[in-house]
Amino acid sequence: MSDLPEYNFAYLDEQTKRMIRRAILKAIAIPGYQTPFASREMPMPYGWGTGGVQVTAAILGTDDVLKVIDQGSDDTTNAVSIRKFFARTAGVRTTTRTPEATIIQTRHRIPETALGEHQVIVYQVPIPEPLRFLEPRETETRRMHALEDYGVMHVKLYEDIAQHGHIATAYAYPVKVDERYVMDPSPTPKFDNPKMNQCPALQLFGAGREKRIYAIPPYTRVVSLDFEDHPFERTRISGACSLCNSTKAFLDEVITDDQGGRAFMCSDTDYCEQARSRIGPLS
Amino acid sequence: MNHVPLLSARGLSKRYGARIGCEEIDLDLHEGEVLAIVGESGSGKSTLLGLMSTQLESTTGSLAYRRRDGLSVELDKLSEMERRILLRTEWGFIQQDARLGLRMNVSAGGNVGERLMAVGWRHYGQIRSEAQDWLARVEISADRMDDAPTTFSGGMRQRLQIARNMVTKPRLVFMDEPTGGLDVSVQARLLDLIRSLVALTGLSIVIVTHDLAVARLLSHRIAVMRQGRIVEIGLADQVLEDPQDPYTQLLVSSVLQV
Ligand SMILES: Nc1ncnc2c1ncn2[C@@H]1O[C@H](COP(=O)(O)OP(=O)(O)O)[C@@H](O)[C@H]1O
Ligand SMILES: [Mg+2]
Ligand SMILES: [Zn+2]
Repeated sequence: MSDLPEYNFAYLDEQTKRMIRRAILKAIAIPGYQTPFASREMPMPYGWGTGGVQVTAAILGTDDVLKVIDQGSDDTTNAVSIRKFFARTAGVRTTTRTPEATIIQTRHRIPETALGEHQVIVYQVPIPEPLRFLEPRETETRRMHALEDYGVMHVKLYEDIAQHGHIATAYAYPVKVDERYVMDPSPTPKFDNPKMNQCPALQLFGAGREKRIYAIPPYTRVVSLDFEDHPFERTRISGACSLCNSTKAFLDEVITDDQGGRAFMCSDTDYCEQARSRIGPLS
Repeated sequence: MNHVPLLSARGLSKRYGARIGCEEIDLDLHEGEVLAIVGESGSGKSTLLGLMSTQLESTTGSLAYRRRDGLSVELDKLSEMERRILLRTEWGFIQQDARLGLRMNVSAGGNVGERLMAVGWRHYGQIRSEAQDWLARVEISADRMDDAPTTFSGGMRQRLQIARNMVTKPRLVFMDEPTGGLDVSVQARLLDLIRSLVALTGLSIVIVTHDLAVARLLSHRIAVMRQGRIVEIGLADQVLEDPQDPYTQLLVSSVLQV
């Protein structure tokens, strides 16, 4: 990513951005529908969220304040690189503070701090098609969406319960958007699913390799699929963050030393820092 | 019983380019009837079954179906949505190759439950007990319910296909050589099962087979196909005991010799 030659604001040329914006507008108009777009090469590998990067590039303006997280953290290599990329190619302000950001690009988490109407959250999506695991044919999955032929989604959940006694799917837990399209929320933990429902912020999803954009407009109904006798459960490691004591935030298990010591910490690093600065350090 | 045919084909033809799949087929299927379509390989049996079950699009001709609600519908005028609903609520399809009719990496219970979920069942316990019930009826024991059909024998796979289709109580099931490739004793068990389902549920069946013994055991009527056309159709006993068409005579006598 060093040595970039002459580039346009936010790297992509205006024509490409217009094309992506058209796809975004269509995606917003049909909540949860996977809109195809002509994904471009970006100066980073696909696994790095090129779909999300293109969406961010297309919506970014000079006044925007950008936050980038990966597994909830602002400090991973991936998050730092993408943040630097836009600081450099667009000259926008960046932040780690959730409330200050106008655009949040994310991989694997939705911030714990509730999002507002002034914000857009952009998800990096590896596999956009929720029906893919049971139906490999693209023509068929498209037809299934068109006809709301979603029986197989529950087959997946049925198999989970038959095997594990409960719905074991913990990430990329399927949802129904606006009572119409079944959507893969990207590999976020199902703990985050309820945050998508009636969210005041615009939610955009970009899949670079698969060339798809989809969206959830503000204040849209998003329901996690389940059974009447096995209702959706929002799960987290029970316990408190060893840094901020939070018993509500989603926790990661972290190895603390080479003696096999373990601790639980908030995966949302900004949330954890803010909580600590409010209560002061725990001894 | 209603005397309007359940399924009615008129002038049904299918061309594959210049090649004839089947030609000018007129056929009525009545409620509770088992119709066997027999004939040698390449005579157009599978093509006709594909047309009748709307898996294939006809080149010319029409096909009417009398729905559960009593309404007769022209099948080629249904929207794709209506067609799919019909497929999973009123019809079933048993493939010769069970791998095409089953989800091979989904458990037996999941295979049977799928149709229930597709028509809106959302209670796991109810889906499971209904699936278990149907597995028992096709003699698959409850302790195999969570196993994938990859671990099943050929006969078990066919019985699983039947349970998967029967669970939403279809009125009409299409079968393409369902006993093909099975051992004789396994075949006999499957045929007994199909006969008992017909007796119990009043199900209608269109079954394609090249095996006249299967047709004799299962069907009320037999249609004999040759080069894409029906050359003789009638009550099973009549067609087999007293064939009128020279080709049918040949077919019946050649089988009896074996
Ligand atoms: N997909 C196809 N493309 C071209 N020709 C086909 C196709 N399917 C069947 N046919 C031809 O149509 C005729 C009837 O075939 P089919 O219905 O499969 O007969 P059967 O099931 O009695 O063996 C044959 O001549 C066959 O070669
Ligand atoms: Mg055939
Ligand atoms: Zn914390």
